[in-house]
Amino acid sequence: MLTIVDYGLGNLLSVKNMLKKIGINSKISNSINEINQAEKLILPGVGAFDNGMQRIRERGLESVLTKRVMNDKIPIFGICLGMQLLGKRSEEGNEAGLGWIDAETVKFQFTNKVLKVPHMGWDYIKVKTVNPLISINQKQRYYFVHSYHVKCNNTEDVMATCHYGIEFTSMIHRENIFGAQFHPEKSLSFGMELLQNFVKL
Amino acid sequence: MALKRIIPCLLYDGKGLVKTTKFKNPNYIGDPMNAIKIFNEKEVDELILLDIYATKEKRRINLSKIADFAGECFMPFAYGGGVKTTEEFYELYKIGVEKVIVNSLVFENPAVIKEAVNKYGSQAVVVCLDYKKNLFGKKQVFSFSGHSVKYTPLDFVKYLEQDLGVGELFLQNVDAEGSWEGFDYEFIKQITEVASLPVIVSGGAGHIEHLKKALYECGANGAAIGSMAVYSKKGMGVLINFPKRSEVIIENTDNQ
Repeated sequence: MLTIVDYGLGNLLSVKNMLKKIGINSKISNSINEINQAEKLILPGVGAFDNGMQRIRERGLESVLTKRVMNDKIPIFGICLGMQLLGKRSEEGNEAGLGWIDAETVKFQFTNKVLKVPHMGWDYIKVKTVNPLISINQKQRYYFVHSYHVKCNNTEDVMATCHYGIEFTSMIHRENIFGAQFHPEKSLSFGMELLQNFVKL
Repeated sequence: MALKRIIPCLLYDGKGLVKTTKFKNPNYIGDPMNAIKIFNEKEVDELILLDIYATKEKRRINLSKIADFAGECFMPFAYGGGVKTTEEFYELYKIGVEKVIVNSLVFENPAVIKEAVNKYGSQAVVVCLDYKKNLFGKKQVFSFSGHSVKYTPLDFVKYLEQDLGVGELFLQNVDAEGSWEGFDYEFIKQITEVASLPVIVSGGAGHIEHLKKALYECGANGAAIGSMAVYSKKGMGVLINFPKRSEVIIENTDNQ
């Protein structure tokens, strides 16, 4: 079963609703047992980095998630904060991230006032690497809401970028690990297509 | 840069969708769920639902209804109407509302808005600024709930940004609501020139040229459509529809 990891943050229902819309059964769960049996994982999340990591740790989910993702190599899709947590750390806090991707999260810093933080709204992404979710020449728009963005230390992990003052990483991919800074669950048919392709993996 | 947005703004009376003119004479439009399903198919950028009588009728927010609507919205969803407490903000976010819009609360209890901004982030809190011309033709902040307002519209925007930290302004020209006659362009310009927060303009949309002008000449980040989204034409029957996005929005994918 596709399992949406519930660590007390993020709009899990929106993700589940969209999956249901495309005919996919999913389970929202914070149970170690269920995560142990999951076929695929979605890690949503909205809010602060430390809060997210603390909640994962408090619920004792870090080791089971790491085992499933790093040993069993089941596909995982991190959304928004869920993507940032895949990295090693964040400027936003002091907690260590899950550390599966060699990356850190930094804040948008603009000196001019034209660009507002958070970056909020629809934007096109540019796909950088061949991947199973979206084809490289596909220009597609998605819905973003974020003040921080992920910086990968290995450029081959950067699956797609987006431009907001600077070119930043909008999707990451390394083997079975995927992440999107935007919200596929709020990105209409474009988001449905991504999730559909993730489910097919 | 985030793309400009065209946003259907649906008015809800607690039972069904209505459409008003200057917020009077509500005309029944239909069932919100059907409309939302159609807007999904039409791939609208965002959806706003305002329960325009909630505060006046002192109704509690019907969370289970709003949850049904949010569950059907595969785009960002904003709700406004009768929100009075931080708990209500939280309940709305929990059921899948991305943005909560408040109006009377700014006059009644702005501390709640500030608290919601701190707790849930500025991006999730929108304030609706209603304005109207007074007898002398001067544009003034208007309160449907009957509060006296000490701010000019420009000062009001500064107050929202600096004192409350809200993330978005919903600028509504009450006199033009339901008129189909176009936005209040000069005024929109004045506001967007001083505002550092994103501005959605509302009141008067009747043609795609109106949308283009507000978005690309007057600096609005989003343009709300009311009548245009629920009637086939001025004075004609109900038809849930949405302008052809490509005729309004400059996609600007090249600078990626």
